[in-house]
This record gives sequence, C-alpha cells and structure tokens, in this order.
Amino acid sequence: MKRPQRLAIIVLAALFVAAILSAVAPANSHARQYRDLPGARPSAAFPLGTDELGRDRLARLLFATRISLVLAPAAALAATLLAVMVGGMAGYFGGFWDKCAVRAIDLMLSLPWLFLLLAARALLPLNAPPIASLIMTYGLLAVLGWAGPARVIRAGTRKLRESDFILQASAGGCGKLRILWRHLIPNLKPILLAQLWTTIPVFILSEANLGLLGLSASEPFPTWGNLLRDLESPFSLQPEGFAPLAVVMLSVACFKLATPAQEYHT
Amino acid sequence: MDGYIVSSAAPRASKAMQTYCRFLISRIGALAGTVLLGGLLTAVLVRVSPGFLVDERELDPRLSEASRASIEQEHSANRDVLAFYIHRLGRMAMHADLGDSPSLNRPIAQLLRERFPVTLQLMAAGMAGGWTLAFLLALPSVMYRSRLFRGLAGSFHQVLMSLPAAAMAVLVFDWGGPVRALVALVICPRVFEYIRNLLEEAYAQPHIVTARAKGLGDARILLRHVLPSVAPQMLALAGVSVSMAFGAAIPVESLCDLPGIGQLAWKAAMARDLPLLVTITLMVVVMTQACNMVSDWVSFRERQT
Amino acid sequence: MKRCLIAIAMLGLAVVSRAAQAPSELRFCLHAEPKTFDPLLVEDASSETIRYLTGGVLIRINRKTQQLTPELAASWKVDLQGRRIRFSLRPNVKFSDSTPFSADDVASTMKRLMDPATHSPAADAFRSSDVPPQITISNPLTVSILFGAPVAGLERLFDQVAITPAKSQQKIPAVLGPYLVAEHKPGAEILLVRNPNYWKVDGTGIRLPYIDRIRLEIQQNRDIELVKFRRGEIDLIDSLDPDTFDELSRQAPRSVVDAGASLESEMIWFNQVPASPIPGYKQNWFQSTAFRRAVSEAINRLDICRIVYRGHARPAEGPVSPANRFWFNASLKPHPHDVASARRRLESEGFRLRGGQLYDREGHAVEFSVITNAGNRNRERIASMLQQDLQTIGMRLNVVTLDFPSLIERITRTFNYESCLLGLTNFDLDPSAQMNVWLSSAANHQWNPNQKQPATPWEAEIDKLMQAQAADPRPEARKRAFDRVQQIVWDEAPFLFLVTKNSLTAISPDVQNAAPVALTPQAFWNIEMLRKPVFTGGTR
Repeated sequence: MKRPQRLAIIVLAALFVAAILSAVAPANSHARQYRDLPGARPSAAFPLGTDELGRDRLARLLFATRISLVLAPAAALAATLLAVMVGGMAGYFGGFWDKCAVRAIDLMLSLPWLFLLLAARALLPLNAPPIASLIMTYGLLAVLGWAGPARVIRAGTRKLRESDFILQASAGGCGKLRILWRHLIPNLKPILLAQLWTTIPVFILSEANLGLLGLSASEPFPTWGNLLRDLESPFSLQPEGFAPLAVVMLSVACFKLATPAQEYHT
Repeated sequence: MDGYIVSSAAPRASKAMQTYCRFLISRIGALAGTVLLGGLLTAVLVRVSPGFLVDERELDPRLSEASRASIEQEHSANRDVLAFYIHRLGRMAMHADLGDSPSLNRPIAQLLRERFPVTLQLMAAGMAGGWTLAFLLALPSVMYRSRLFRGLAGSFHQVLMSLPAAAMAVLVFDWGGPVRALVALVICPRVFEYIRNLLEEAYAQPHIVTARAKGLGDARILLRHVLPSVAPQMLALAGVSVSMAFGAAIPVESLCDLPGIGQLAWKAAMARDLPLLVTITLMVVVMTQACNMVSDWVSFRERQT
Repeated sequence: MKRCLIAIAMLGLAVVSRAAQAPSELRFCLHAEPKTFDPLLVEDASSETIRYLTGGVLIRINRKTQQLTPELAASWKVDLQGRRIRFSLRPNVKFSDSTPFSADDVASTMKRLMDPATHSPAADAFRSSDVPPQITISNPLTVSILFGAPVAGLERLFDQVAITPAKSQQKIPAVLGPYLVAEHKPGAEILLVRNPNYWKVDGTGIRLPYIDRIRLEIQQNRDIELVKFRRGEIDLIDSLDPDTFDELSRQAPRSVVDAGASLESEMIWFNQVPASPIPGYKQNWFQSTAFRRAVSEAINRLDICRIVYRGHARPAEGPVSPANRFWFNASLKPHPHDVASARRRLESEGFRLRGGQLYDREGHAVEFSVITNAGNRNRERIASMLQQDLQTIGMRLNVVTLDFPSLIERITRTFNYESCLLGLTNFDLDPSAQMNVWLSSAANHQWNPNQKQPATPWEAEIDKLMQAQAADPRPEARKRAFDRVQQIVWDEAPFLFLVTKNSLTAISPDVQNAAPVALTPQAFWNIEMLRKPVFTGGTR
C-alpha cells in the first residue's frame, strides 16, 4: 500500500472514530443551545465556536460526519452501480436494449423528479425520526441519480467493446455476461471511480438544496449539507464557519486517495 | 456480359441515401415517442405531488367564500391529467398554442420567448467556460505528470465541487465577477475528473508514448492523436453536459434572478403550474434528444464512411 | 494660458449644468416580478409596490400617523350607518395622459372592482351583502356609493383602490399617482418616471414628486441586494432581516433604521379539527386550554427575540401589534415565561412528569410535531428553540419542514398536522379585515375552520363580538368589542403569539426626508416627498 493511500485511510478512520466517540462520550450535545453564547468565537469549551443558536459547532460537525460519511458515499455507490447495470449493459449488448436504455436515460435527466421527492416526503409519518427523512432523501437521490453516469459509462463500454481483448475473449467462446463481468467492468474502473467521486459531493449539496424544500433532516439534526448552507451568507461568516467545507473536501479527497490505483486487465 | 463496364456508384449512393433516411426516420420516431412520454410523466408527477390543488391565496383572510370557490375551481380544472394532456397536445399541434401560465398570468409562448435566449446564453457560456477550465486544469497534470499540477487542479476541483451554488453566486457577485460564469464553475468540476481520466488513458496508449519519445510536438500529439481517440466519449459527456448545464442554470438563475427558463421552471414547480411545467419539460426533452441525435448522427456517419 | 483657463471653466460649467439637468433617480429592488399592472387585480407584494407608486386613491392612510388623509377626494362623508359614502372630488386633476379626472372615473373603477368577473382581491372587503353597490353621480365632482349593508371601516378601504380611467383601452392605463410605468424589461427591471400631471404640490408650489425616476430592479437574492446597497447601486432596502441589519449597521450605521414594532408576528397553533386524522388522545391535548397555556408559558419569547431576531423583535401580546395604535389592547402583556406555572397547569389536567418525559393520564408520552415552511431560516431557528423550551416541561417536539404548497394542503384540506408555526401579517389595521380568522364558521379560523356551530362558548362569544363590531359605525364601541376579543384570545390561547418583529429598513443617507415607519411600504411611504441629489453613488 502506498503512503498517500495509507494516510488517506488513517484520516478517514480518524474522522469516523472521532464521530463515533462524539456519540459515546460527547463533550457537548449537538442539539443543546447555550443561549448565552450565540455566535461565540472558538474557545477551550467550544473549539469551533457556537452557531447562531449557541450550539457547539464541533459537536454538530462530528455528528453530521457520522451520518453523511456513511450515507452520501453509500447513495453515490448505489447510483453508480445502477449506472453500471444500465449503461454497461446498454453499451455492450447494443440494439433494442441500447435504444431503450438511451430513452430511459434521457427521460430520467429531463423529468422534474422534485415532485416525486415531495410526494415521498408527504408519505412519511409526522413524528418519524429525523434520520428517516434523511435516509429517504439519499435513497431517492441514489435511485434517481444514475442517469448522468449511465450515459458516460455506456459510451465507455461501446468503445471498449471494440477492443482486441474483448474480441479475443468472444472468439475464445466466452459468454456475453462473463465478458461483461470479468473483462469490461474491471476496465471501466477509471470511469466508474470518476463518477463516484463526482457524485458524492453532488449528493451532499443536493441534500442541502433539498433542505430548502423540507426534504432533508429536520432540526436539530445536523448534516454536512445543512451545515454547508451557512456559507450562503458569507458576509457574516467567521473562519470557523468554513470547517464543514474543509471536512467535506478532506473526506472526498481521502476516499479518492484510498482507492487502489487503476490498472488495465487484459 | 455484353462488354460494357457498368458503374456501381449510382446504386451505392442510392443505398446510402436509403440508410440515412431510415436512420433519420427511426431517430425522429424515437424522439417523438420520448417527448410524448416525458410530457405525460411530468403531468402525472406534478398531479400526484402534495399541494397541487391548493393556492397560497387561500391563506388571505380578506377573501370571500365566492373568491375562494373561484380559486378552487381554477385549480380543479386540471384535475384529470390525461384529459388535460391530450387537450394541451391537441392545442399545440393544431393551433401552435402553448396556453397560459395560471401562476404567472401570461401566455407561455411569450414567457419562453423572453427567457430562452437568457438560458441559452448562460448554458453556452457555462459549457464553453466549464469545459475550457476543465481542460486547462486536466491537461498540464496529464501531459507533464507534475504532482504540483495534479495537487492544485485536484484542490481547485474539490472546492468547486463542495461549495453550494448560492455561496458561489454571492461571492462571484461581490468580487464583481460575471454571474454568468457560475454555470461554468458548476460544470467544470463535474467534467474535470472524467476528462482527466480520459486524457490519462489516451496518453498511456503505446502509439502516443512512442510519438512523444520520438519528439513529436505536444500540440500535434494532442490535436492529431489524443483528441480524435477520445472524441466519442467526449461527445457523450457533451450530451450529459447539456443536461448538467440546464440543471446548473436553474439554481443560478433563481439565486441571481436571471430571467431564464431555469428560474421559470423553479417558479412553476413551487406554484405547481402544470401547463408551464409540462411545456418546459417537453422543450427540455426535445433539446436533449436533439443533442443525442446529433452525436448519434456523427457516429453513424463515421461508421458508414 | 488665459484662454486655457476660460476653456476649463466653460467645460466645468457645462458638466455642472448637464448634471443639474440630469434626472434624479431612486433605485431599489423588487423581490419578484409583478404579476399585474392592473391596480384592481393586485395580490402580490411587487404589484402592490407598483400600485402604491403609480395609483391615485381617493383616501390615503398616512403610514406615519395612521390617520385618513384626503387625496383625490377633497372631502367625504359616511352616513346611513356606514352604508353610504359621498365623495367631493378634487377639481382640476388630470390623468398622466392629460385626460381630466371626474366622478365618471370613480364610478367606472368601482363598477369594475365590484364586478365578479374581475375577480378583484380588494373587492371582497367591500362586499357586505350580495346586493351590488349603487353608484350615483350628482355632478362631475360628486359621487356617492351605497352598499347593501354597513361596511365596517368603509373609508380606509379606499386606500387600496387606485382610480383608473373610465375610457382607457391601453394595456397599462393612465394613472393619477406620482409616477407612471415608462419601461418594463420582464425579469430585469421596471422604470417609473414622474407623472407630469400629478396634482400635488409642496408648500412652495413646486409640483411633486421631487425625484424624477424610480428604477426597480427585480432581485430575489437578499445577499446580492445587500451587496448592491453597499456598493451604492441601490438606495434602499424596504425590509431587512435582522442578520443583515446588524451587518449593515456595523458597516454603515447611518443607513439603517429600526422603526420599532411592525405588523408582522410569528405564531403557533394546535390542530383542533375533530375530523382530523391525528390520534384522539392528541386531539384531547390540543383542545385543552390548560395544555395550550402551559406550552405558551414554557416558551421563552425573550430568547427568541434576542437570538433569532438579534433584539429586533418583542414578545407578542396578541393578534394585534402595538404598531396598530388604535386597535391594540394596551392592557395585554405577553404570556409570561414561567415553567413552574406551566407544570402546575399540566398537573391539573392529569399530566405527569417521569424521568424527564411528560405523560398524559392514559400513559401516552407527550410527543407531537410542528410543521412550518422550509427555507425560512428564522422559522427553522424558532422551531429549534421551541424544542429545547418544551423539553423543560417534558414534551418532545418534532420539527417537520415542508414546502409551502404541501403545508397549505395540510392546514386547509387534509388537516393532517398536529401544530403549525407560521407568520401573521395584518396588512390592514382594521379588525374587520380579520373576520375570516375569528368567525368560527370561516375558512381562515385556522385551528378549527368551517364550523357549523361554534365548538366552544368562547368561540361563540368571539363570533358575536366580531359581528357586532362589524355592524357598529362608532369607533369606540368597535374598539371595546375588539379589545374583548383580544382578551378572550389571550385567555384561551388558540393561537400562541410568539414575537412581533420590528420594522427594519436600510436607506442611503443621500435620500432626504426619509422617515421609515412600521406600516408598508416602510421606507418609501412618503415617496413624493423624498429627495435625492443627482451626484450620488459610491460605496457606503
């Protein structure tokens, strides 16, 4: 394992452990409002200061990390896998299946799925735990977010389909599904990983934007997305307000570095 | 047989024309089918969404019972989705009438005419700017394999990916930058990774490595060998970029109050304005399909020649 | 050298005289595109701004003194127990297109207003009966309007009725107000220019308004609006939020004004609709006055004012803001923040606290949700503060943010909600504008609308009092009745009024005669008296 890879895994583990520890032995609760100290600057008691309601920013950031560090990549992974299934099979098999997949992709990209999200939110019980709303949102993002990556994966698959090693495998009697699974998909890894790293922050920000419509976790549940919303009023922001942005960037960068280097399998 | 040499060029040309026509007819048919289905699905989605039949005006205590009933009746007019959709399509096809927007109180055709150029400009600037920036970030790190370039490009990309569009809008505006550049800043990080990977792949190809080893110029390698080899995937990404650009235009237009289609779509969504939403979706599907048709046509021509 | 100096002097004179001829321009933002330029169809804030700036009205409510002032009507008389109003119109007034103003224009405006086909939102306030009003023109400067039944506070309703020409066919008709619409770039801006025929003059005989043009930029983003104000690109922000106010007061203290309590407040109510799908035991809680009062006493309103509104709000006493000088019941004080008293009230209803959690007599844990509209950061913060406050009495509050149409559907159609946090804005000072809130049979009786019979004795009493005040032409009698309504609401707490927000505006120091007030439009209510020198601009 290379040094940057090791470092990335250590950082991710440290973030996760810090987030879990904050639940087990919290210095401060993420929800408690210290109403005498709204908007306080960093101090020994509050290393990142407090937010506008006097809540410990660090506690909220760690709480959000615990949730978003799992949900956002999981949703992005699900979306990418869906994209592989649809785009990969469309690109390899071609013909009628390809035509249908292309139409489906175009429709997915054009329809206003916002209304489906609103309808799903309306179905949740009023007193459902805040995490339920968040899981529903990320789940729907995963189910709806495969179309863009699928098109790109389809194009990559169509190109690879003409490669010599695929022709050789086919000539050698390899079945179509085996070729797809053992030869094509491993060689699509660079594309798949590019899509995955792009999708994670897109989902985090989408969750934040959907919060404007009540489609995110409700108060006092912090998520990376709703912490990032504080950046929307940059004039009253202090430097410690950029901590969520730094954590998101660090996490995504570490995920990328932690992935093994891509090689071509022939 | 009788000593004449008969040229086969004419029958070959006519066969090619037939193939092209078949291709166009099948694509146009597919476009029409997708557009019709897209419009119907949009109508259904809007209809089943919560709050479809209500109006904000109902919260005004100054309204009388009669006014309230009249508002309810306005909203109930589109209760039957299928009937609404068939009627709308009929009006569009027979009379080129796009109808009126109930929430904005104006003809939809007029709204689209006013706003389409704004969005088109924003999308064009966004795609051109985004792709240019993505290339400028990706190329040096691939061509020169410099860790510094990779690091800088990666960090810039990461910041752009993680910043909310609203924060970018205000920051760009405060620094006096063109707000229209925002779409470029939203698209750039989304295409950067993919472009960089494609270029890395291409530069790793044996004939490129050989060409570089033999001292062929970077520009020549890029233009004559690298770009043509990655063109199909770039075209596919370009097709996705059109949708990305439109998706990015919506929040940018809403935040900065640029009077484009994206802002119109957002307002229509908040007001559950069914006629306007269906029309905008039809337009977007036609646009996306048209872009796909162009890239399919290019691939088709390549295969034929 | 001498010639050079003369040339420079002449150039300077030319520049100065050119500047002196350049029009003065006031610039500010509208937060949305106006939906209409027809003054009779106004229902959104942006269209209302255009109407205020361009429309001539018969009677104006002076936003500062809250008294009625004559405008196009030089005088008026209300008789027949509030059924008839007779106007004597101001002579020699012309529309912006130079056509003379007369009683015909008043008559045609009122006919169009009251025509059901027009669907004018302002008309409903005049509809005291199904009988259409009779309009009589005695002479070109005298007109009387007779309604089928008394209309409470009849004169003040004419503040919302801009007179339109009887004969105009133009899309944007001629106006009688200080400005007229000169240019409209949809989605971008609207330019208003002074009405050359505006009838008002100042004390020295100069025709008003002083400012030649108003440029209204359509800008939804408040942060960008703030940037523009700081850069001097706009001259005022009519309604600021508290964060922005504080930020601006640090940077440019002379440019912000806190005009005290506005007419806007925040409130929460419980769903008391018997047919609602919420569990029966929760309905029992919400229908208990002791429960509602206990919740009210657990809420720390001062903290909400201090933290959410940065001190630019005050705890609310009731449905009427103290900014409404005549109608506010000054004997009322906000519900006190008293956790001990709240616990006692709950105990008296059989609630018990165990391990920090409150249970009702049947053993159900007291947990309920509050819905509010998503995207409103102040409301989300208030909801979060309510969560912590209610924890002190063992209640668990779940906050559910919904997009506005979804929320409206729940509170007006499905009644699938438990409690709701929303704002209340009394655009109209007169309580008759709130009839549909207080009458138990009305649709806006939010906690339990459309009742066939009043569900409680106190709602029956409110019904009687509201109907009595609407039929009585005497202001003092009406005030007594409505004071009693406010007291009942205070006692029974169907609405828990939380805070009354302050009126916060930003105005460039370059704009003279500005005197922001609590009533809208806060910053430019006296638009014709505002002055602005020509050479202005630059960063504040």
